[in-house]
Amino acid sequence: MSDYNFAYLDEQTKRMIRRAILKGIAVPGYQVPFASREMPMPYGWGTGGVQVTAACLVPEDRLKVIDQGADDTTNAVSIRKFFQRTAGVAVTEATTEATIIQTRHRIPETPLTEGQILVYQVPIPEPLRFLEPRETETRKMHELEEYGLMHVKLYEDIARHGQIATAYAYPVKVEGRYVMDPSPIPRFDNPKLSGNCAIQLFGAGREQRIYALPPFTKVVSLDFDDHPFHASKAPHDCDLCGAKHSYLDEVITDDAGGRMFVCSDTDFCSGRRTAGHIGRLGTDPAHSRPHPSPTNAEGGSLPPRGERMGVGAHRQVGSA
Amino acid sequence: MTLMPPLSTTDTPLLQVDGLTKRYGSRIGCLDVSFDLFPGEVLGIVGESGSGKSTLLSCLAGHLTPDLGRVAYDGRDTLTMAETERRRLSRTDWAYVHQNPRDGLRMGVSAGGNVGERLMAVGARHYGGIRDKASDWLGRVEIAADRIDDRPTAFSGGMQQRLQIARNLVTGPRLVFMDEPTGGLDVSVQARLLDLLRGLVRDLGLSVIIVTHDLAVVRLLAHRLMVMKGGRVVEQGLTDQVLDDPQHAYTQLLVSSVLQV
Ligand SMILES: Nc1ncnc2c1ncn2[C@@H]1O[C@H](COP(=O)(O)OP(=O)(O)O)[C@@H](O)[C@H]1O
Ligand SMILES: [Mg+2]
Ligand SMILES: [Zn+2]
Repeated sequence: MSDYNFAYLDEQTKRMIRRAILKGIAVPGYQVPFASREMPMPYGWGTGGVQVTAACLVPEDRLKVIDQGADDTTNAVSIRKFFQRTAGVAVTEATTEATIIQTRHRIPETPLTEGQILVYQVPIPEPLRFLEPRETETRKMHELEEYGLMHVKLYEDIARHGQIATAYAYPVKVEGRYVMDPSPIPRFDNPKLSGNCAIQLFGAGREQRIYALPPFTKVVSLDFDDHPFHASKAPHDCDLCGAKHSYLDEVITDDAGGRMFVCSDTDFCSGRRTAGHIGRLGTDPAHSRPHPSPTNAEGGSLPPRGERMGVGAHRQVGSA
Repeated sequence: MTLMPPLSTTDTPLLQVDGLTKRYGSRIGCLDVSFDLFPGEVLGIVGESGSGKSTLLSCLAGHLTPDLGRVAYDGRDTLTMAETERRRLSRTDWAYVHQNPRDGLRMGVSAGGNVGERLMAVGARHYGGIRDKASDWLGRVEIAADRIDDRPTAFSGGMQQRLQIARNLVTGPRLVFMDEPTGGLDVSVQARLLDLLRGLVRDLGLSVIIVTHDLAVVRLLAHRLMVMKGGRVVEQGLTDQVLDDPQHAYTQLLVSSVLQV
C-alpha cells in the first residue's frame, strides 16, 4: 500500500477528476471530458467508475461495490479489494451503511439517503451515438438541444417490436435540458434516477467522460404520448424473500429447465430474509445463495438474455 | 415550356443574396454572386463541373460559411443569426436534397423513421401521428405503404432519392435546395423523378434552388436560370430566354452542347 498514494491515483490527478465532477454537478447531465488514467485493470472493468470513486474517497468512507446488484461477483470483489488495499477504507455490503457505492448496471433497491454517493460505471456515455457516430455532430446536438434523433431510436423500437423494447440504458432528459445515457441499468431503475437524495456520478474510462446528477435532480425517461414510458420487470415475486417490486434475475437451477427468480440486489434480498420475509423457495437451503454469474466485461454487449422480459442476468446455479 | 407561367409574385424576395464569395485557400469556390429568389420561384443553376454550383448552394443553406457577402431569408440575415436559429430554419423552413441519397438519409433507420425524423426534431411526440404522416408522404413519393419499415439499403437508387425528398418535405418547408437530385440515376428513373418533383413543386408552391448540369432538367423545372463559370455568374434570366437566346459565349457553347458538361 505504501507504494501508492491514497486510493491509488496521485493527488493532482484526483484534483483534475474532482474538477470534472464539480463541473458535472454544476451542469447536470452534461458530459465533461477528463483525462482518464491507466488503471491496473482492463477498461471493461469499470475504470471510469474506479477513477471517480478514487477521487471521492476519504479515509472515513465506507465503500460498497455492486455488479448487477450483487456484491459477490468477481468484478465487484476485485474493485472492493482494490480500494481496501490502496485506500484502506472500510467496506460493506449494506446499502444503508455505505457512504460511497460503486455500481455496474443497477441502482440499489433500498432508497439512498442524503450524503451518499452512487458511482456508475459507464461503457458508452453518448446516448446519440447509436444513430450519429460523429462526435463533432453529437456535441453540436447537445449544445443546440437537437434531440429529435433520440425519438427516432424509440420510433424504430416501436416500429420493429410494437413497443419500446429498449430495456437497458434507456435515455433520459435531465432537468429539461441534457439528454443522458443512464448507463446500462435496467429501465426498471430509471424512476430512481429522479429526485434521488444521493449524489449520482457517472464515469466512462475508455471514453474519458464524467457526468453527474446532483441530489433531487429531475430526470425524465423519453417516450411518446401514445407509448408512455413504463418501468418493467419480470412478472414474478422473489423466490427467496417474496419481494414483489424488486428487480429479478432468472436463475437456472437444473438441467431440466428448472428456474427461479431472485432479487438482483443481493443485499436487499438477504436483508428481507433476515427480517423474516420468505419467498416460494426461501426455506430451501440449497437455494439460499445463488452462485454469482461469470462477470461480463463492461464494454461488451448489454446484459444477456431475458431483457425483453425485464429479467437481469441469468445465473447458473451449481456450475463450478 | 417551363413549369408554370412567370409568377404573380409579391414584391418581397424570399431569399436575397448579395456579393457572396467563398474561397478555398487561394482557389475560388464562388465569387460575388448576387440574386433574389421570390416565393414560389424555381431557380436553376447550371455550369460545368467545378464552376462553383455546390459551393454556392452550401453557402446558401448554411453548410459552409462564405467569406464575403450577405444572405437574407425572409428579411433575416442568415449569416449573422445564431447557429441555433439557422439550424432550426434548416429543419423547418428549408430542405436540402443531396445528389447522393446516402448523404441525405439515415441508412440504418427505416423509411418511416427517416421521414419521421424531421417531425420529431420539431417536437412531434405522438407515434401514431408520426407514422400516419410518414405513410402519407411515402405515398406521395410513390413508395408502397408496406415498405415503411424497410431500411433504405433495401431500396433502389430512385426509391432512395424519392425517400430523401419525402423526408425533406414532410415538415412543409418553403425553400428547397437541391444539388443534382437526378444525378446518379438511370435516364428512365430520372424522368419519373423529375415528373414527381414537378408535381410536388407545383402542388406545394415551393421555392426551389436546383443545381444541375442537365439543361433538360432546368427546362422542365426552372423559371429562371443562372449560368456559372469559374465561380462567377456569367448570365442569368428567364429559363426560356437564356436557353433560346443565350447572350454569353459560354452559355452559347453550353446550349449548343459543344461543351460536355
Ligand atoms: N472542400 C474543398 N476544398 C478545396 N476546394 C474545393 C472544395 N470544394 C470545392 N472546391 C473547389 O471549388 C471549386 C468549385 O467547386 P464546386 O462548388 O464543387 O463546383 P461544382 O458543384 O459546380 O462542380 C472547384 O474548383 C473545386 O475544386
Ligand atoms: Mg457539385
Ligand atoms: Zn429477494
